[in-house]
Amino acid sequence: MAAIATPSASPARRAFGGLVKTRELGIVIALIALVVYTAANNPRFLSAQSIRDILLNTAILAVMAAGQAVVVITRNIDLSVGSVLGLSAYAVATLLQANPGVPMVVALLIGLAVGAAAGALNGVLVRYGKVPALVVTLGTMYIWRGVAYSWAGGDQVTASELPKHFLSFANDSVLGIPWPVLVAIVVVLGVTVVMRNYRAGRELYAMGSSPDAAELAGIKVSRNLIGAFIVSGALAGLAGVLFAARFGTIDASAGNGYELNVVAAVVVGGVAISGGSGTVWGAGLGALLLTVIGSALTVLSINQFWQQAIVGALIILAICADRVVAVRIARALRKRDSHV
Amino acid sequence: MSALLEVRDVSKSFGAVAAVQGVSFPLHAGEAHALVGENGAGKSTIVKMLAGVHRPDTGTLVVDGTPAEFTGPADAKAAGIAVIYQEPTLFPDLSVAENIAMGNQPLTKLRQIDRKAMRATAERLFVRLGVRIDPDRPARGLSIADQQLVEIAKALSSQARVLIMDEPTAALSGVEVDRLFAVTRALRDEGAAIMFISHRFEEITALCQRVTIMRDGKHVCTEPVEDLSVDDMIRRMVGRDLSALYPKQEAEIGDVVLEVEGLGREGVFRDISFTVRAGEIVALAGLVGAGRSEVMQAVFGVDKYDTGTVRFLGKKLKGGDPRAAMTAGMGLVPEDRRQQGLVMELSIERNVNLPRSRALSRLGLLFGGRERSEAQEWTKQLQTKFGRLTDPVGTLSGGNQQKVVLAKWLATGPKLLIVDEPTRGIDVGTKAEVHRLLSSLAARGLAVVMVSSELPEVLGMADRIVVLREGHVAAELTRAEATEETVMYAAMGQETK
Repeated sequence: MAAIATPSASPARRAFGGLVKTRELGIVIALIALVVYTAANNPRFLSAQSIRDILLNTAILAVMAAGQAVVVITRNIDLSVGSVLGLSAYAVATLLQANPGVPMVVALLIGLAVGAAAGALNGVLVRYGKVPALVVTLGTMYIWRGVAYSWAGGDQVTASELPKHFLSFANDSVLGIPWPVLVAIVVVLGVTVVMRNYRAGRELYAMGSSPDAAELAGIKVSRNLIGAFIVSGALAGLAGVLFAARFGTIDASAGNGYELNVVAAVVVGGVAISGGSGTVWGAGLGALLLTVIGSALTVLSINQFWQQAIVGALIILAICADRVVAVRIARALRKRDSHV
Repeated sequence: MSALLEVRDVSKSFGAVAAVQGVSFPLHAGEAHALVGENGAGKSTIVKMLAGVHRPDTGTLVVDGTPAEFTGPADAKAAGIAVIYQEPTLFPDLSVAENIAMGNQPLTKLRQIDRKAMRATAERLFVRLGVRIDPDRPARGLSIADQQLVEIAKALSSQARVLIMDEPTAALSGVEVDRLFAVTRALRDEGAAIMFISHRFEEITALCQRVTIMRDGKHVCTEPVEDLSVDDMIRRMVGRDLSALYPKQEAEIGDVVLEVEGLGREGVFRDISFTVRAGEIVALAGLVGAGRSEVMQAVFGVDKYDTGTVRFLGKKLKGGDPRAAMTAGMGLVPEDRRQQGLVMELSIERNVNLPRSRALSRLGLLFGGRERSEAQEWTKQLQTKFGRLTDPVGTLSGGNQQKVVLAKWLATGPKLLIVDEPTRGIDVGTKAEVHRLLSSLAARGLAVVMVSSELPEVLGMADRIVVLREGHVAAELTRAEATEETVMYAAMGQETK
């Protein structure tokens, strides 16, 4: 958010900035509490392998969450990301199966391109078809999944058919950080900075905050909206390549149902579903929290079925927390106004 | 003196409605120019064309002597035109400083937004405007006056040379208006062209040098304010012939049907009293926002009221219960028939019988035959034009839709009919038909309350006129007393000479 407490800021302003930041802070606290509790029960939770697995699983979700956050901030939603992931994963896997010589960078770019095309279609349909994003992306979600199934038939690409350099991308590290995690960090931070510090990003916030005012303010709403969907699609495509490299075995059902995990991560991460507020790095933290919860429940040998219920409860909690924070901010501002 | 911006012979139609026809006027640098006219005279359409929201069908907007074509609000902004709408258009989630800078944020070398500079700009503008608003707070929760000031700061930051203000004072208190005017005057004296829309004549004479008067989408005159008295302005705003559009039948006035006494609702209206007799058409007149519709919604029970009583046919009517009002024999034809009066997807016959579906049903089920015969009868009486009774209402023209709404309520056999803006958006021919219908219904002993913004309609149809201003009864006029001038004087709070 905009409020950064400068040294000269008034106490009230700092308090306000603090309130805004509570969302991300809340997630960090929840994360720490969860990790400490789980590790106390089972120290293996903090083993290098366990942390590595958590981070690798988070990477795919976080990349998608960054794109989804951009769309949700404009008061839209992209439900097609799971199918786009599947399509991109299968496309890249078949390509590498046939041409093992294709370098990793090209594979990543192809994934991005496949996703960007799918996202552009979403954006155009939402903007020029005047159809709500929920409906458009629900439709394209089924379409891309259908395309993937009819392309793959019952076939699957297995790890043994893929080149070594591709599969090792998921395991090799730079400075101890696995490549996919590095990609996720770069994506989340990069998108955060664009949304925070660049005109295009602020215009997306403005569009979500008040669509009518955005039109009147002369913001290029069409260009921005289609751009937001392209970002979401492209990042889902990128996630598809990471998915293929990590799991090696790809069929047409890859990423089935991921879209709801992604939306959950975004909402838990503090992006308001009604648009206009929240941060991309918050959404990334949301992805991390959801993944850690999944792992913690396994380590604590709590029935996996509880995981979904807990994620559900968390979403509701997140939305309630938003509400409470909004009310507190409103009250704080009113109180301050009465002093002025 | 050449004009900064000139509207030249501009016309704009929406469907069959000609909102603006051949209007021309200039906006000069260093001058405040008032645009006045009745509700629906086309002022807002002019504003939207200058803002780049609508494009004129014919005619041109001339900026600095060269014709300009605005394809969107961005073009108007680039031409130096800033618009302050009646409803502020801020982004509630963004900070005040960001709201001001949106679209031309100061950038650093890396093309990132320079927040420090953005904040400093906002603070500098607020100093210049002489107000204290924290640039870091979100726009959500600002008072209307402060939002208005942020809008002005926005206009200043974009170096606007033409400032268009659409009823900026409607929601402001006296002190706030003074502050706004001081700022506006300063801008004017620095060489900006101001276009000011207001219903308050004292504001126009206090601020403006020139005035353009519009009526029915047409240009009446553009003259220096000092050459026109308030009387002149009002006369030119309303002056027109009452044509055969209003066929008023003589009706025998019967007993009191509706008696409203001391009705009040916190912050909306207060101390409203009037009576309606059988066979009488009583019009509620006043400007938009005077509380006319709100009063009648409260009488009907759609909205609650805090004080006062409503007596209907001699019995006290429970407040906040539209079902009770309907059973007692009241009908309400709402202002917005598409939203409130009809279910557009349902058939004509279903719509006609909607309020009575219970009475018409047998064992809780509706049978087509009974519904159809009822619908046939009423649509015939009202000369509704349609293909088949089973067609969706949405396929009918506006006038015929209105007749279906009327049929729907007449089928319930009401004693009192409340019609809110009965002819809004209806073409002239059908308008006369609706008027004839209302008149003949009154002649048959129905009591009618008509809320209308159209003065000729009010004067042509009503036996008595209750004029509301800012939530209270400003005057009650008989048919003989009522002229366009007396009604407008009362509606605008001017003294009659």
